[in-house]
Amino acid sequence: MLPNLKQIKANLIKDRYLYLLLIPFLAWYIIFAYKPMYGLQIAFKDFSVYKGIAASPWVGLENFETFFRSPYFLRLLKNTLLLSLYQLLFAFPVPIILALLLNEIKNGIFKKTVQTFTYLPHFISVVVVAGIVTNFLAPSNGIINILIEMMGGEKKYFLTDPDWFRTIFIGSMDIWKEAGFGTIIYIAALSGVNPALYEAAVIDGANRWKQTWHITLPAIIPTIAIMLVMKVGSMLEVGYEAIILLYQPATYETADVINTYVYRAGLQEGRYDLATAVGLFNAVVGFLLVIFANKMSKKLTQTGLW
Amino acid sequence: MNCIFLAIISLLALYPFVYVLSASISSSDAVVTGKVILWPRDINFDSYAKVLLEKGIWVAYLNTFYYTIFGVIANLFLTICGAYVLSKKRIMGRTAISFFIALTMWFQPGMIPTYLNFRDLNMLDSRFTIIIGFAITTFYVFLMRSFFENIPDELEEAAKVDGANDLMILWRVYLPLSKAALATIGLFYAVHRWNGYFWTMIILSDESKVPLQVLLKKLIVEMNVNDEMGNMAVYSKETIIYATIIVSIIPIVAAYPFIQRYFVKGAMIGSVKG
Repeated sequence: MLPNLKQIKANLIKDRYLYLLLIPFLAWYIIFAYKPMYGLQIAFKDFSVYKGIAASPWVGLENFETFFRSPYFLRLLKNTLLLSLYQLLFAFPVPIILALLLNEIKNGIFKKTVQTFTYLPHFISVVVVAGIVTNFLAPSNGIINILIEMMGGEKKYFLTDPDWFRTIFIGSMDIWKEAGFGTIIYIAALSGVNPALYEAAVIDGANRWKQTWHITLPAIIPTIAIMLVMKVGSMLEVGYEAIILLYQPATYETADVINTYVYRAGLQEGRYDLATAVGLFNAVVGFLLVIFANKMSKKLTQTGLW
Repeated sequence: MNCIFLAIISLLALYPFVYVLSASISSSDAVVTGKVILWPRDINFDSYAKVLLEKGIWVAYLNTFYYTIFGVIANLFLTICGAYVLSKKRIMGRTAISFFIALTMWFQPGMIPTYLNFRDLNMLDSRFTIIIGFAITTFYVFLMRSFFENIPDELEEAAKVDGANDLMILWRVYLPLSKAALATIGLFYAVHRWNGYFWTMIILSDESKVPLQVLLKKLIVEMNVNDEMGNMAVYSKETIIYATIIVSIIPIVAAYPFIQRYFVKGAMIGSVKG
């Protein structure tokens, strides 16, 4: 059925103030979210700053080929996926475990105190966290090395050692900074459990472990599933803004990920076309991952993002 | 057992703050030689005196306040505009617009096109760009929209009968009822503004415009690495760096007890909505 023009006009007039509010809102999306998409075409062009986006010549997939053939490609892909995988293995479960532990605490003041302390690092900027990490790990008189020496070990310049990068990064940015705050949604899910279930379980002779296993855990499985979907969907977003602060050429071997490369190639070296192609590759794979993760989640747990 | 474990976790979460604070008020001698492990030694405030005499810190501080205050105003204004209108079922094209903005959560053009867009618009090195260019986080639009949707339509109808137009209804009926939600979303935006460094670093080149986080990157992240690799001439630099860290986190830590509950609430709404 064709929309009735008269009806549309009448609606526009009746709700004119609402449509008026929509104008700045949509203008923002067009200028700052969609207009950049027009610039994505330079991924397929030999972009020259002087010619501009439109006048630069098309080169097909040349930029992508350059990237896929470069020695960086495999290293970046490996580093990105490994860092993400380790985040999933080591950082993802921490808030769940913390929430389960907190849930057992009956003393309200103690619980509140633990929450207050562990949420706090979330509010500290990545720059300050990186500053603390760099200074704590400083080779000659950082506190970590001082403690190591006191215990009879040998001082080490951790931040120049590629083997240590992932541990340091995940430990500081994902666990210390975010694990406490990450418990909130699990605690919220846990608080929704009907206490009568526990009482019934106690009557049936279930101990603490059995209660956790059969009542508490099933109650937060949907939340875990959603968080897992979001994590898998953002596997390629490993926190490049924080990596840039902590990596250095000596650790590129393990620390350099797709987005940090985009930053260096594009914004530091000015190879805009190549960097855009790499970024586009990242965005497309990321987009597919979100769809895939959502499908999997719907299949396995009947919960999804949409 | 459980309690002991959690107590240790809490202390581990807190330890870096305690050490940074202790080191910042100790003599640099005590810090460098490892006498400061937990508590301060030879308490003095020389480092703070030096940090606070640095004009750059004050400029950066003022800039951060500027970007946070005006940034959050822009954030809330645009978010409310979109969320309120999209919460009305009678709006034509509502589903299409929702999809149009939701898509930007899952597919982003990326760093370089975003940067080139600002350049083409002649928006580099401008305070205005920081405020307007990052004024909407789509997720919060949906959060705010579902909040508005939960306010009963009868209130709107009653106000209409009294002759109020849509703008007046939003201003006098909906916004007063949404104070808690607005505070929550405003605070999320504010922390983001306060802590963000990446795009301000990319866009601003004039030193008089950069916010605290960009200056901190230079002072506490880069300075250290460079000096460690080169000369160790600046002897008291550790305590100065630690004092700088404390000076920069004071506002957040001071506000934290008052704002914590809003974040807890916000994080929970966020989880329910996915």
